[in-house]
Amino acid sequence: MDLRTLVTARSVGTSRRAFLKVAPLTGLLLGVGLSGFGHAADEPQKYGGDGMPNGLQDSPKIFVSIAADGMVSVIVNRSEMGQGVRTSLPRIVADELEADIKRVRVVQAPGDEAKYGNQDTDGSRSTRHWFEPMRRCGAAARQMLEQAAANQWHVPLDQVEARNHEVVDKKGGRRLGYGALAVAAAKLDVPARASLKLKDPSKFRYIGKNDTTLTDGPVIVNGKSQFGIDTRLPGMLYAVVARPPVLGGKVKSFDGAEAMKVPGVVKVFAIEGTPPPSEFMPVGGVVVVGKDTWAAIKGRKALKIDWDDGAHGSYDSAAFRSELEAAVRKPGGKIVRNEGDAYAALASAAKKLEADYYVPHYAHATMECPAATARIVDGACEVWAPSQSPQAARDRVAKQLNLSADKVTVNVTLLGGGFGRKSKADFVVEAAMVSKEMGGKPVKVTWTREDDLHNDYFHAVSAQHLEAGLDANGKVVAWLHRAAEPTIISIFAPDPKTLAPFELGLGLTGLPYQIPNVRIENPEATAHTRIGWLRAVNNIQHAFAAQSFIAEIAQAQGKDHRDYLLELLGPDRRIDPRKISEPWNHGESPERYPINTGRLRKVIETATREAGWGRKLPSGQGLGLAAHYSFVSYIAAVIEVGVAPNGELTIPRVDIAVDCGPHVNPDRVRSQIEGACVMGLSQAVVSEITFKNGRSQQDNFHQYEVVRMNAAPKRIVVHIIPSESYDMPLGGVGEPGVPVIAPALMNAIQAATGKRIRRLPLRDQLSV
Amino acid sequence: MATLQINGKSMKVDAPEDTPLLWVLRDHLGLTGSKFGCGMALCGACTVHVNGTATRSCVTPLSAAVGKKITTIEGVGATPVGKAVQNAWMAIGVAQCGYCQAGQIMTASALLEKNPKPTDADIDGAMSGNLCRCGTYTRIRSAIKVAAGMKGEA
Repeated sequence: MDLRTLVTARSVGTSRRAFLKVAPLTGLLLGVGLSGFGHAADEPQKYGGDGMPNGLQDSPKIFVSIAADGMVSVIVNRSEMGQGVRTSLPRIVADELEADIKRVRVVQAPGDEAKYGNQDTDGSRSTRHWFEPMRRCGAAARQMLEQAAANQWHVPLDQVEARNHEVVDKKGGRRLGYGALAVAAAKLDVPARASLKLKDPSKFRYIGKNDTTLTDGPVIVNGKSQFGIDTRLPGMLYAVVARPPVLGGKVKSFDGAEAMKVPGVVKVFAIEGTPPPSEFMPVGGVVVVGKDTWAAIKGRKALKIDWDDGAHGSYDSAAFRSELEAAVRKPGGKIVRNEGDAYAALASAAKKLEADYYVPHYAHATMECPAATARIVDGACEVWAPSQSPQAARDRVAKQLNLSADKVTVNVTLLGGGFGRKSKADFVVEAAMVSKEMGGKPVKVTWTREDDLHNDYFHAVSAQHLEAGLDANGKVVAWLHRAAEPTIISIFAPDPKTLAPFELGLGLTGLPYQIPNVRIENPEATAHTRIGWLRAVNNIQHAFAAQSFIAEIAQAQGKDHRDYLLELLGPDRRIDPRKISEPWNHGESPERYPINTGRLRKVIETATREAGWGRKLPSGQGLGLAAHYSFVSYIAAVIEVGVAPNGELTIPRVDIAVDCGPHVNPDRVRSQIEGACVMGLSQAVVSEITFKNGRSQQDNFHQYEVVRMNAAPKRIVVHIIPSESYDMPLGGVGEPGVPVIAPALMNAIQAATGKRIRRLPLRDQLSV
Repeated sequence: MATLQINGKSMKVDAPEDTPLLWVLRDHLGLTGSKFGCGMALCGACTVHVNGTATRSCVTPLSAAVGKKITTIEGVGATPVGKAVQNAWMAIGVAQCGYCQAGQIMTASALLEKNPKPTDADIDGAMSGNLCRCGTYTRIRSAIKVAAGMKGEA
């Protein structure tokens, strides 16, 4: 692997990339994590958006322009994948700008971090990191318009005020629209940050207000929306790629003669992949180019390819499960948290409980499969892609084509789902490679669903073993947790076996419960497929295990789960995450973002109260609770289930309480939490990717099942905890709703049936 | 050369007759509102109306579409029911990423054309062939009820 790539690697996120500056070169992953994330020793530690590659930008000269007719254009630098960022970020700017949202147009930034600041649309960070810069941006623009008006009227600045898309002379009653002031305002310097006057939140027009209007709502319902797969260019061609089915596999030989006979097929050729660790680069394969997508698909079916599977050709996920389970059942592995003496406390405990949990590989299965279009004109490559990391795509295309980055333009389309899959640029680079082979002609490379499920960056499979030691009063005095799971670092570095700090920080080490003896161990695991982050990432398995196990402990003692959970949480306190072996802290300052157990308590109390916790339910029905802190937000869910005698599961209602700090768009907070609930249910109930002979065994949605409407909850009620003030730090929203769902569901099923499910997905475990 | 009747217009297409209607619409006619999601009639993203019936265009060969009245998401707003469904979708804020919603709207409007006051069971029955990975199902149910003039709840 190219060292330069490692050193300058972009777009893995603070969590997921900045450690690369140092880590793989030194092997000191934990050390780097402990000291922060790869900043030089003589630099002060940076947090939040400031700590992300290329940081934050807040100048209206970058993000805002105003036409003569008053139409305000606001550039959005993050990618829209359903989280509502193209609705929410412009509303922040518009509010501070005193703009009429009906006269605000949204413009999507291409990949250019030096100009627009960090563009990694991942880690539940877009609103969290960009709320404050976008407020400053809007306020600066407003003050420049006010200054321009004051200059024109020759009156003091404090005599004028921006109100709803115009500046008013408070004495003379004169008014000038933003369009009339735009040219003069643009000539002024941007006010220094210290002189910015942010709005009093009581005057907010859009921020925090309930509104279901979406920037892209009209084009989504009338079919005019432009996703990556919808790109059309004059004279374009269409391609599909037959990729090696096994990690590290290669084309040994191929015969494209039959493919070329398919009407509409134009060309068949091989492309060279990047060997593992292939990071965000393509895996290679055989390309079929056609006059339409169908010709390319048919042509691919007629290919004869002999694959060289390489070292992972024997990967069998059933055997691997046994291997991981054996690893977590014996003491050992890297010690990632150690307080007191858990082994001694377990040995002397009045009562001991233990349980094992298994979570399989998952695929992202975005409804829009990866797809990208590229063309090369006069030595410059332009691509259109549904990318969560357009700046990474730009860098990788430049690298592959041996161009400088300024010769590569990455236009960001709407994303038909992202969930972390579209952070990886492999599918974008493929389009550029295919266009190059076709002499620069515009070519769209479309992944079919089979391609998507066979060559994903899969969610890591995991086995976990937990033990608890209880004293005579039933209090937990020892907590032992072993987790074995292949690491995401395996796509960046050769054969790492243990989890990176950010993966440990995703729900494993930072549990804020009052337990005197805690030991967490991370036995080794090998990655036999590409591993990638999938919405909420390692939290999915870690919260499933820990939140199931706490319910099991409560149940074993005949105690109420909620009461026991609150007791374990202990009194309200702010915990420095570094003191519980969680130095990563989502890249946020431990002072500004301590782990606040009072906030976790409040979401538990809210969700249980709203769900009617404690009410008597008939046999076969039950309530289940889980709570989890992730992406610096606090979430608790109560799921109500009914289980029929034949094992059929219904979910009448889910109550979810979320404390994400101040929020911009309550309706999008709710929609994200509702969606996370359904995604969590898919993982809990039906979804699973398995491997045989190194190959993913699921071809399409008949085998990789996801929850459909008939299995979805009848109601999902989201309770947003109001924030004390807009000065409070913001939490993430896109991901933290997922991890509570599987444990809450299994706790509910236990309450309804007495059966404890420790292996995901549920599938038919209730009917056998 | 085949002739198709799409959204009230006659359109000529030069494609092999086994080409799925989806790719004819998207690649040949530039009607990209109908989406590809699976290619096997498993997800519903490609749903169009063929003679008023919700139909998976990804498994409907061009030859089977000739001579039929085809409506796509680009044209469904011309019908009162289609328009009501589109408006309800926006009022409820159904969409997240929006990719599957064309298919959802086409299936929902076909349902309401045949069954103007569907029960919850009718809605689940009609809509369970349409996948949404963003998980908008509860809002889809609400929006269908709003479009039907029934009381919905988000």
